[in-house]
Amino acid sequence: MSERHFRVWRGDSEGGEFVDYTIDVEPGMVVLDCIHRIQAQHAEDLACRWNCKAGKCGSCSMEINGKPKLSCMTRMNTFGPDETITIQPMKTFPVVRDLVSDVSFNYRQNARIRPLKPRPRGKDGEHRMYQEDVDRVQEFRKCIECFLCQDVCHVLRDQDAMERFTGPRFMIRLASLEMHPLDTDDRVPEIRDEFGSGLCNITRCCTEVCPEHIGITDNAIIPLKERVVDRYYDPLMWLMRKITGRK
Amino acid sequence: MRDINELQTIEHDVLVVGAGGAGLRAAIEASRLGLSTGVIMKSLLGKAHTVMAEGGMAAALGNVDDRDNWKVHFRDTMRGGKFLNVWRMAEIHAKDAPERVRELEDWGAVFDRTRDGLINQRNFGGHRFPRLAHVGDRTGLELIRTLQDAGVHNGIDFHMECIGVDLALDGGRVAGMLAYWRDTGRFVLFKAPAVIFATGGAGKAWRVTSNSWEYTGDGFGMAYRAGAELMDMEFNQFHPTGMVWPPSVRGTLVTEGVRGEGGILKNSEGVRFMFDNIPERFAAETADSVEEAARWLEGDRDARRPPELLTRDVVARAIRKEVKEGRGSPHGGAFLDIATQQPADFIKRKLPSMYHQFKELAEVDITAEPMEVGPTLHYYMGGIRVDAITQMTNVPGLFAAGECGTGLHGANRLGGNSLSDLIVFGARAGQGAKQYLDSLSGTPQPQGDHVNDLIDEVVGFLNREEGENPYVVVDDLQVAMEEHVGIVREGRELEEGIEKLAGLVERAKRVKAHPSSQYNPGWNTCIDLRNLLVSAEATARSALSRQESRGAHTRLDFEGEREDQLKYNNVVVQASDGSMDLRQEARPEPPEELARIAHASIEDLEANRV
Repeated sequence: MSERHFRVWRGDSEGGEFVDYTIDVEPGMVVLDCIHRIQAQHAEDLACRWNCKAGKCGSCSMEINGKPKLSCMTRMNTFGPDETITIQPMKTFPVVRDLVSDVSFNYRQNARIRPLKPRPRGKDGEHRMYQEDVDRVQEFRKCIECFLCQDVCHVLRDQDAMERFTGPRFMIRLASLEMHPLDTDDRVPEIRDEFGSGLCNITRCCTEVCPEHIGITDNAIIPLKERVVDRYYDPLMWLMRKITGRK
Repeated sequence: MRDINELQTIEHDVLVVGAGGAGLRAAIEASRLGLSTGVIMKSLLGKAHTVMAEGGMAAALGNVDDRDNWKVHFRDTMRGGKFLNVWRMAEIHAKDAPERVRELEDWGAVFDRTRDGLINQRNFGGHRFPRLAHVGDRTGLELIRTLQDAGVHNGIDFHMECIGVDLALDGGRVAGMLAYWRDTGRFVLFKAPAVIFATGGAGKAWRVTSNSWEYTGDGFGMAYRAGAELMDMEFNQFHPTGMVWPPSVRGTLVTEGVRGEGGILKNSEGVRFMFDNIPERFAAETADSVEEAARWLEGDRDARRPPELLTRDVVARAIRKEVKEGRGSPHGGAFLDIATQQPADFIKRKLPSMYHQFKELAEVDITAEPMEVGPTLHYYMGGIRVDAITQMTNVPGLFAAGECGTGLHGANRLGGNSLSDLIVFGARAGQGAKQYLDSLSGTPQPQGDHVNDLIDEVVGFLNREEGENPYVVVDDLQVAMEEHVGIVREGRELEEGIEKLAGLVERAKRVKAHPSSQYNPGWNTCIDLRNLLVSAEATARSALSRQESRGAHTRLDFEGEREDQLKYNNVVVQASDGSMDLRQEARPEPPEELARIAHASIEDLEANRV
């Protein structure tokens, strides 16, 4: 057991400040355990979101020593023995209270994406898909919606382009539909026009913070950008469109 | 007195409480049937406990072993539930599950595939054949995301971080619900003539549990106070494999899929102790040697299943016994070893989130070392009593589906039957609500006095000058439940436990929260405590009433199943003076055809002779 120091941001949409707390920490604890201990011993009303405590639900996202992380998967022994741990809410989203931020932007983005439009089932009543064809879609569907990628994305965070870019989480959702073996919808035009695939400048920050280790940039965003390029900027494809009259 | 017309009011035909698999499936059904549908949830959309379900959802698709069909699934469910299940529900579940699973594919779910391109199915405890449709070990996430994405395009209103206080009634019929928003603490009155509870269980009454903070028995408490019946509350499933180290994650689930994919259990002496714990009922269908178990794992269809895949109640008790008799692992569990049974890349592919979870939380590489595991409170088989067909309770307009309902699982739930339960009975609850509303005369209205009393009660926690810290009361409750209503029970201990609970009920009335209602977890805990205590007391009283050991309910003073005890259900209701009443109610005779199937030999079933 050792004594550890924390600086936790307390406040609401009107403003706030860092407050210092000191608690005893035992081996094996993660940052979320420490927040619970601070709640129990010093600040019963300290607001934070959490659920599964096993990295599966993506509720307890916050910025720990400046890095977007799941607090339930951040072990205390990853810090230096005397290091003070600074905890604040995700910066890209408006704060509600303490460590809780308003992530409704993300739910609005999700609602904009049209659902799967599956081809009809086969004569035997089954959809046939092969494992090698669904592997890449399954990678995207590992997403736990922690929104850490949205938090770290420069386009959303620094360039204030929330109106024009949907963010990495929803690029992978679009990719999971666009690459879905059953989907019959044409999603390329809206990926460019509505969801702003062109705004991503491939810094790969989103990929780095993904707790599910999804290849967001390389496996989803870049292939989507390529599909857009093939459709709109490839002269042969351009000619085909002229001839067939397809968008 | 405040005027309830000044409260924020939201009207729906159907209000669903809870946004896990059952709630979302119920909402989709109700909305597709043309009803205005709202869903309230304690957390954000997509975070409910369904995401923690790992192994899969059971449905007799017969994609991997074509000998499977609904009758075998039904028989497995009844045997796993030690025949205390509601027969009709077990039948409906086994029959409906395949189509409920298939339709998920139309909504975007991407299950693991067989070589033929069909939905792959894996082995699980108590299931005769590979039956669990799955996505690695994150099937629950796939289910919730699929339903969430389908739901947002079905015109459903999702009210996030909104917590129910109590139902509003009008002449005994459901009229709506009082709730509050977590972020502001403001109250909202939902007017809805049909309310579907999909609130999960009450695992938070115990210290070591796989459940998160949300699982405080809200549906149990609210239904009970509205006059509904709680049935078979003594059946609490302790999942045999929870993490035991480090202390901060004690209880976190380790999927049964580890054993389904070949994992074995060993004690500190290296003995595979499950071979010494095979109950009579399952002896004929369980391997009796390491050699036979190994052949089964290699796919020999004539070999019987390894004893590690016995039902959860059996495995949990066996682990407890090893620990108690001094053969436990260093941190008080058993060793679960898949590293010596399967190659590393297979483990990482089939059990990626387990690999991840142990690596990051316990610094254990499960492809090279065994895991330490022990029992953790996981699931309520008992719950709100419902009609098998419509899912309606005895309170007109109140429905329940998923873990908070009861009947399908009897005395013990098979792994994989939960996710299928959610989609089968979630959909049926939506249909039941439609049927009820079609025949409803007039629109029941919330009563002002009652709503005002409810507001006064919960605002009291904020306004009082002095009071106890609610977290301390929750802690004491968890200790009492571990001590008195644990995995193995005894009459006198249960009686002492019930006395302790009475003391906690009094203390809970006097708890106090920091006086700010905005996103205040302390205040939320004060409100949840009321429900947690109803759940705990109903559980303890029912456990005392059942004088036998059946499924997940084990009594030291009454060993073994007793025929006379199979003839009744424990039913708990609130008496008119507010105290808790328990009665033993006779079970109806099973439908003849179903009894024949449940008791048939497996050979006769496979040969279609039943």
